Amino acid sequence: MPADRPDALELIEAAAEHLATRSRPALSGHASFEALIAANLLMIAHRELELAQPARAAERERLQALLGRNGSLDELEDQLVARIRAGDLGPGDRRLMDHLRATVRDRLRVSNPGYM
Amino acid sequence: MATASVEIALEDALAQALVPEWGEGVRIEGLERLTGGASRETWAFDVLDRGGRRYPVVLRRDFAARAGGEVPWEEGIDRATELELQRALHTAGVPVPRPLFAPDPHLGLGSCFFMERVEGESRPRALARKEELADLRARMLPQLGTALARIHSLDPDSLPPLPTSPAKSQLEVCRRMLDLAPRPRPVLELALRWLAGREPELSRRAQLVHGDFRNGNFIAGPEGLEAVVDWEYAHLGDPLEDIGFLCMRAWRFGADDREVGGVGDREELYRAYADAGGEAVEPERVRFWEVAGNIKWGALCQLRALEHIEGRQRSVELAAIGRRVTETELDLLELLDAG
Repeated sequence: MPADRPDALELIEAAAEHLATRSRPALSGHASFEALIAANLLMIAHRELELAQPARAAERERLQALLGRNGSLDELEDQLVARIRAGDLGPGDRRLMDHLRATVRDRLRVSNPGYM
Repeated sequence: MATASVEIALEDALAQALVPEWGEGVRIEGLERLTGGASRETWAFDVLDRGGRRYPVVLRRDFAARAGGEVPWEEGIDRATELELQRALHTAGVPVPRPLFAPDPHLGLGSCFFMERVEGESRPRALARKEELADLRARMLPQLGTALARIHSLDPDSLPPLPTSPAKSQLEVCRRMLDLAPRPRPVLELALRWLAGREPELSRRAQLVHGDFRNGNFIAGPEGLEAVVDWEYAHLGDPLEDIGFLCMRAWRFGADDREVGGVGDREELYRAYADAGGEAVEPERVRFWEVAGNIKWGALCQLRALEHIEGRQRSVELAAIGRRVTETELDLLELLDAG
């Protein structure tokens, strides 16, 4: 079934645009600030819908290679944290740091691309 | 939300609370809740005495919505201690708003106190970024170093009793906060593990530390730094904690070339600090506290978002803050990468 138009991303964008360009100037003080935040939240959701799936798949692949085992993303992450807490993996491990950097960058591309 | 009726009730209680100090017939004008400060409420208003004289005042009190419900990660001093501390600081010449008094507890205002309102710019993004404020920033930077040196030089025996919070116990707080989050965060775990065993040894007794010394808790006027506010996290500990915290990227608001809260240069801060009698700054110790501050802030971002997610306090601001933890993680990776 082809998606109805405007599709989900377009709807989110429309609402964000409305909040930022119409609601925000019509409001004052804290409410105006909150309208801007609400618009930003929608754009995070927009980017997440576009980007998160391939990023999560890549994260899982890196974790499987790093830990040498299979599992769901949550299981692998739990395992990674256990090994970090045990001191088994640390900032001196290049593969660990490469993985963490890639993961954090992928997430920032969603939450706040301007921060990188 | 019945905001208006809340404000009317507050106005009535305030007018009563002010009578012992300003006399019968005292009035309040322009009551307004100031933004910022997620754990305490701060209200600004003008007091008009019967003769028509006007006094700018701030009320600082425990967040009403949380009264009775303990928030597990909130540590900090109570308002009575904060008032007493602010008195000691004011007497010692540290730039703080002049503290006034705590109202009669029977008036139902909760745990709170009054202080004079300091006019000026306190919005952190404006202080860090506004081009017109470049001169102000230049004046403010050495004043931050001087204020810190003065805070850290106070004799703890001259202050109200404050909790002692050395590095080790702060790492325990971080651990508890991380454990409250729904999912573990590998970068925060890595950073906390890195800190373990690196706790700085203090060569002298623990000193007064502000505990939340950052752009966001400063009020600046034409002459520069006018006041340092929000002393709720004050404790005795390692003075360099304040410097590490102040230099976190999170408080630069995009003005990344000015490492000290978007205000100015790190070396200049260190120099002003030493010139005013502060100890020589050891960069590795600052780095320890910068890492610790980032973990704390990252954990706090997650916990604040939980307030929203779990429905205790629904707000777009709290929802947004949940996603800021990733920024902290990027900063931590860079701090850990430095060897």
